[in-house]
Amino acid sequence: MTAIVSVERLDKSFGPHAALREIGFEIHAGELVTLIGPSGSGKSTLLRHLIGLSRADRQSHSLVRVLDRDVQRGGRLLGASREQRRRCGYIFQQFNLAGRLSVLTNVLVGHLGAMPRWRALTGRFTQQERDKALQALERVGIVALAHQRANTLSGGQMQRVAIARALVQEAEVIFADEPIASLDPRSAREVMEILQRINREDGRTIVVTLHQVDVARRYCRRAIALKQGRLYYDGPIAGLTDARLQALYENAGLDELESSRQPGHRIAPPLQAVG
Amino acid sequence: MQSAASFDIRTRSGKRSWTTLLGWAMAVVVLGWAWQGAEMAPSLLFQNAGNMATLAADFVPPTFGRLDHYIDQMLVTLQIAIWGTLLAVLFAIPFGLLSSENLAPWWINQPVRRLMDACRAINELVFAMLFVVAVGLGPFAGTLALFVHTTGVLAKLFSEAVEATDAGPMEGVRVTGAGRLEEIVFGLIPQVLPLWISVSLYRFESNIRSATVLGMVGGGGIGVSLWETMRGFQYTETATIMLVIIVAVTLLDMVSQRVRKRFI
Repeated sequence: MTAIVSVERLDKSFGPHAALREIGFEIHAGELVTLIGPSGSGKSTLLRHLIGLSRADRQSHSLVRVLDRDVQRGGRLLGASREQRRRCGYIFQQFNLAGRLSVLTNVLVGHLGAMPRWRALTGRFTQQERDKALQALERVGIVALAHQRANTLSGGQMQRVAIARALVQEAEVIFADEPIASLDPRSAREVMEILQRINREDGRTIVVTLHQVDVARRYCRRAIALKQGRLYYDGPIAGLTDARLQALYENAGLDELESSRQPGHRIAPPLQAVG
Repeated sequence: MQSAASFDIRTRSGKRSWTTLLGWAMAVVVLGWAWQGAEMAPSLLFQNAGNMATLAADFVPPTFGRLDHYIDQMLVTLQIAIWGTLLAVLFAIPFGLLSSENLAPWWINQPVRRLMDACRAINELVFAMLFVVAVGLGPFAGTLALFVHTTGVLAKLFSEAVEATDAGPMEGVRVTGAGRLEEIVFGLIPQVLPLWISVSLYRFESNIRSATVLGMVGGGGIGVSLWETMRGFQYTETATIMLVIIVAVTLLDMVSQRVRKRFI
């Protein structure tokens, strides 16, 4: 099984503050993995590194590979990052849509990376591209809103637009950064169900950061937990017992890390690094 | 503990009152200095009130014999303002983007900003005199003058709008693998467009006002007649011209304001 995402010894500091320390793991095709941890634990920072929106520390031995290509090595972005981004979908907590453009146009943006430059810049989308965008909207259940301005939508609807955009991209892997943190419980459930469906039906790999444990338990089979910038747990979601969770969310020290590793859990390579 | 805290607050507010006082003192000094430099002498207004009354009397009654001609000239003025503003908008878009800190690195945005500062620092009238030498007397020189000066103004206003945008939508476009220009077109422009349109229309309004004096230095439009009648002491004609300008500027301001409101 090839790794879709592989992270080795990722270090990131903001000034003197270490945001991520020696993070390492692999994610395989077809997985639906949650990155979980209290706020400030580095989940979002980690996710931004996977697509090259953030760079690791310069002096580190960090390596991030996604879809068999180096995204960054030692804090340097590598290769055709545009082409790389086209193959990855990314969903933000704050949706990041262009509010004054129509829902349809926001979804059509997913085509831009694969379009000839002159058509992209003038916004000349073909009928085929439009149809595909409408199909994507159909799948996320808001095709009726296609011609509304994006800023007239509710949070849950906006997040579906963002997912439709990733669908249009035909992204092989989707990174979702706190996709439900700004949503009400019902919208949150709907968004998670859509992500789960994309994972099951299309076989797309999905990495989603969450901070609600119950949601993670319901939708994800594997959890990677971060605490204070370090890998705290990596294994089946069932292994994230109440006791461990309590320790994860408590202000407890990192001693817990060692004991959380048990045989049978799929733990990313440089094990010795943590703790 | 508590007394220490309140003591701290008291010393802070004491410090603040000192700096406030210093600020006021500075303001007074600056005002006095400027009063002297500007040779302000309000008493002259009253001493020479008789002269002013005599001059003002020369302006009435306005004569309307050449009204048609003045209206034609006012239309030329409007035409100058239209093209001067349009060209400026077209050039201010790239220059504005290039002088924005969030889009261009400092070694691009700083030189571009200085260039725009220069365009803005020099008045339209000065540019008009320069362009008269280059392209001869007439409206075209005036149009070019407005264009250059307005480009400097709009580029600054445009880039300020750009720097105040939310980076999120651009990131949203970037992660799809789209290029830098696509990010701008789909993530940035939709955010700034209403403001850009609004400030462009506002500049159009003020360019109509500016264009009325361009004729004084040979830049065409109604300023030519304004200057000639004043120099020829035909003050009743001057009065008519002023009325035409006031009516036209008021009307166009009203129209432009209406349009502007739709975009905010």
